[in-house]
This record gives sequence, C-alpha cells and structure tokens, in this order.
Amino acid sequence: MNDNQDFSEIDDRVRKIRRQIITMIHKAGSGHPGGSLSCVEILTVLYSRILRHDPKNPDCEGRDRFILSKGHAAPALYAVLAEGGYIQDKELALLRKTGSLLQGHPDKKIPGVEVSTGSLGQGLSIASGIALSAKIDSRPFRTFVLMGDGECDEGQVWEAAMLASHYKLDNLVAVIDRNGLQIDGLTEKIMRLEPLSKKWTAFGWHVLEVDGHNVNEIHAAFKSAENAKGQPTVIIAHTFKGKGVSFMEWIGAFHGKSLTEQELELALKELA
Amino acid sequence: MELKSTRDAYGETLKKVGGNKEIVVLDADLSVSTKTNIFAKHFPERFIDVGCAEQNLFGVAAGLALSGKTVFASTYAIFASRGLEQIRNTIAHDKLNVKIVVTHAGLTNAPDGASHQALEDIAIMRAIPHMRVIVPADAIEAEQAITEEIHSEGPAYIRLNRAESPFLFDPGYRYDIGRAEVLREGQDVALFATGTMVSPALEAADQMKKASIDACVVDVHTIKPLDTVTINQIAWQCGSAVSIEEHSVIGGLGSAIAECIVGQHPVPMKIIGVGDTFGQSGEYNELLELYGLTTRNIVASAKRIMKVQK
Repeated sequence: MNDNQDFSEIDDRVRKIRRQIITMIHKAGSGHPGGSLSCVEILTVLYSRILRHDPKNPDCEGRDRFILSKGHAAPALYAVLAEGGYIQDKELALLRKTGSLLQGHPDKKIPGVEVSTGSLGQGLSIASGIALSAKIDSRPFRTFVLMGDGECDEGQVWEAAMLASHYKLDNLVAVIDRNGLQIDGLTEKIMRLEPLSKKWTAFGWHVLEVDGHNVNEIHAAFKSAENAKGQPTVIIAHTFKGKGVSFMEWIGAFHGKSLTEQELELALKELA
Repeated sequence: MELKSTRDAYGETLKKVGGNKEIVVLDADLSVSTKTNIFAKHFPERFIDVGCAEQNLFGVAAGLALSGKTVFASTYAIFASRGLEQIRNTIAHDKLNVKIVVTHAGLTNAPDGASHQALEDIAIMRAIPHMRVIVPADAIEAEQAITEEIHSEGPAYIRLNRAESPFLFDPGYRYDIGRAEVLREGQDVALFATGTMVSPALEAADQMKKASIDACVVDVHTIKPLDTVTINQIAWQCGSAVSIEEHSVIGGLGSAIAECIVGQHPVPMKIIGVGDTFGQSGEYNELLELYGLTTRNIVASAKRIMKVQK
C-alpha cells in the first residue's frame, strides 16, 4: 500500500477518469453520468491508495474486496479499472454495446468486479456476507462498499446495517455518495434521509463525514476506519452529482442522460 | 409405517456433513422450523441467523458464497420469494454456490392459511436462468439431494415439506441430479409426480393395477434441469400422461412436462395441482382432499386422459 501523501498525481487521474466517463457514456448513447461523476475521488483514492489489490491477479486470495452497490456508476468503476490495468482502455468505447464485456451495470465476468450489481440496496448485504466469511476464517482482508444516498431508501440497506453491527464487522467500510439527488429529485424532497449520520450511529456504526471531492479527507477517513474496532464504519461523503462539469453539477436531468456532441465538447474542455 | 418429513432429513443431513468447514448455514429467524437449528447447535461458528430479513438473507448468502463458502440459506418456501430479486440478480446471475433450502412448501403449513402456503414457488424459481429446482419425494431422497448439492456448483432451490411422509426409497438408493426416477414400469398411462405427490401416485398405480391398467410412475425430483429424454420417451410410450404436484397448476411440474413433450411427442395430458387460487386454513389432509391432490383424483384423471387418447 502506498502511504505517499502527495495527491497531485491523483488530481490528474481524477480529471482523466471524468473525461473517460462522459466520453464512454456519450459513445454508448445512454448511461448515468451524474452519479458516476460524483464518486470519482472516492473510487480513485480507494483504488490508488487504500485497497490491497493486484490487477495482474484480480482473484488473489488476500485482496481487499470492493463492491459498487450503486451499480449505475459503472462507468466510473470501469474507468478506474482501466486506469488500474484490469481492463483495456479500448473496452471503454464498447460500453453497453451488444456482446461487450462492459455491461450497463457491473458484471462479475469483468476482471476486478467482485459481483454483479445494479439493482439498488443490495451491495451492503453482499459486502456483509464477504466480511462475515473473513471473520469466520480469521482472514485479514477488508471489504469496501460504495452506496448511493438514494438507495438508502431500500429497506434491505437497513437490514444489512443491523446485521453488520450485530456481528461486529469492523472489517467492513461502507461509503455513501451523498450527492443529494435521486431520480425523481432531491433526496430530502422525495424521501427524507436526514438525519442520516444519526441513523447510522443508532444502528451501531462508526460514522465519519467528509467532503467527497477532497482526496485528503477521503484518504484520512479510510485510514481512520482501520482503527475502528468492534463496529463497521460508514463514511458519508458529501458530493455533487455531475461534479467537474459546470453545467452538469446538481442537475437532476443528468442522472440518466447521455451528453450531446456539443455538451461533450464543452465538458471535455472544462476537464482538460 | 415409518414416517419422516423432508425437513427433518435436512436438519440431520446438515449435522452429518457439517464437519466440512466450507459449509455455512443461514436462516431468517425460522431455524427451529426449518431444522437448521440442529446445525446451529453443533457448528455455531458457521451458523448465521440474519433475523426475519429475507432480502438480507440472500444478499449475505451471496457474499459468503463469493468468498468460497457453500451456503445453505433457509426459510419457509413462501418467504424465499421475498428475496426473489436478490436471488435472481445476484445468486443466479453470478452462479453462486447458494443452496436455497425451503421448508413448509405447498399446503403443509395448512392451519396457518394462505399467507404461509407456497403454491407458486416452483414456477417462479424455474423461470430463473442457472437455477436448479429440486423437490425430493421422501427423507432419503432429501438427504441425498442435500448431500449432492455440496459437491455441485451453482445455485439450487430445494423444496421441502413439514408433513411427515412415508419412505419410498431404500437407504441404498442412488439419487442423480437431473434424472427422472422411474419407480414403476407401465405402458398404459404415465404418472409424473414430484415431492409429496409421488406417494399417492404410487398408490394410484396400485389401484389401477387391480383394474388391469399398467401405470408408469416417475418421480421427477429435478424439475430443472428436466430429464427431457426420459419424460418424452415414457409419455410417448404410454400415449397419455398425468402430472401431480402440491403446487399451482400454473408454471410448475405440469407446465415443465408440457413444455417438454409439446415440441417432441405431444400426448393428451392432465395437470393435477392446486387451481389458480390461494390456499386457506384447515387440516393438511382436508386441504389435499379439497384441492384434489388425492389418490382417488389421480386414478380418475388417469382413466379419463387414457380415453382422450383413444
């Protein structure tokens, strides 16, 4: 694991990943740019500084596990996996095409993808099962799961939240991409989540809140999670949907809409 | 006559094979009824109760299977459907080693009424790609089916019962996943039965024998993948068929057999099962009678369908 605290190289990578996300969604003609752009820093810090993993041997026994519960952010994950060397850059251009490796939502057959996801609210249960197996076998790897805030509407999230705390899964870290928007509008207008932090605390979790676009804060939170004993950690990462492209930030319409040729050109200029 | 429920066989089998450290058993607050409590007592470190939370049950089961475990996840048949999408999108899609062993299937949860009776589960599970669907006919077949699953890759739905039922097989019986088991040879009419209905099908064959009708009785313990070769062959030889299941007439064993023979050797066929209706409270035997899941109805249906042929 790299403990280098210089994040300048990560900033470049973050911009590149954002460019790849909007480009691949544009080529696909459909996809979810908003929620993909909001979690780029989280994924980049995870894959470059936190996860113990080996792109040359994606199934190596001791690897840390990562599950993208908000599967619609697949383009962000794919770009990060390509950056890490799990998949080839040229695959990105085939996103969502018939016969392509890169399905619209993460598929287990993609190197580096632990489990297929896409239907919301399920990743935390799966991650809890993986973390439980590590406990049963006294194995040291850790399990990470990235969730959306909208998917916290799902009852299953709270079933899993109870279980992870009941079984003291301190080898489990959940991150919530708190971008404040779900498909039908503001999370607080559609189905109020606040006080979100207190809810997780009440469920027995170690709760951290960070600026989800500040790589220093994200990194520090992951490090802090390592020291939480006897309880799982949730990092509520405050983010902006569509982050990085001025005309996409906080715009609900970009939840599930591709960019036009013109929009892509403008966006790529901003991300240059 | 010695009787034993398939759920009791499940509990005892888990204890027998439980020394295998790759096995993890999950339940959703019904371990006393599903009999996973026997495993829990002997191997507490590998038993996980998720509480009454079936969606989480199947998600956690998926996670354990992803880590190399062979997972048995149990609840009542009716409640497994509560985690249906989790079963479909994760366990089945990714071909995970999760064995969904459900008890109290069909009408056996009789006095509890419609909310606790699973009559559509075979249809639902059968429609999911990669899913094996197994319905053992007695305690011995149940033990072998459970044991066999430990060595078989991928997901399975194993449908067990609460009711005590007679032994149909000797302990030396050799169960094969995917093989329709011919229990009685016969040329006049084919009786395809599954689970609890195999026993009355055999009785029906005995009764018909007295009327000089030779019924062929087949135990279809594996509804998916279906033994299409055996089923087509027997249906064609007999010229008519009856299917019997403690399940809705829609989408279960009867539908599977009809789908199988219609493209090869279609013959007149009667599907015996619960009609397109919910169950209700009552004594188990009374409900079986009410919905026509009886030896008498099998005999009558067989005789009628044979005439259609002629």
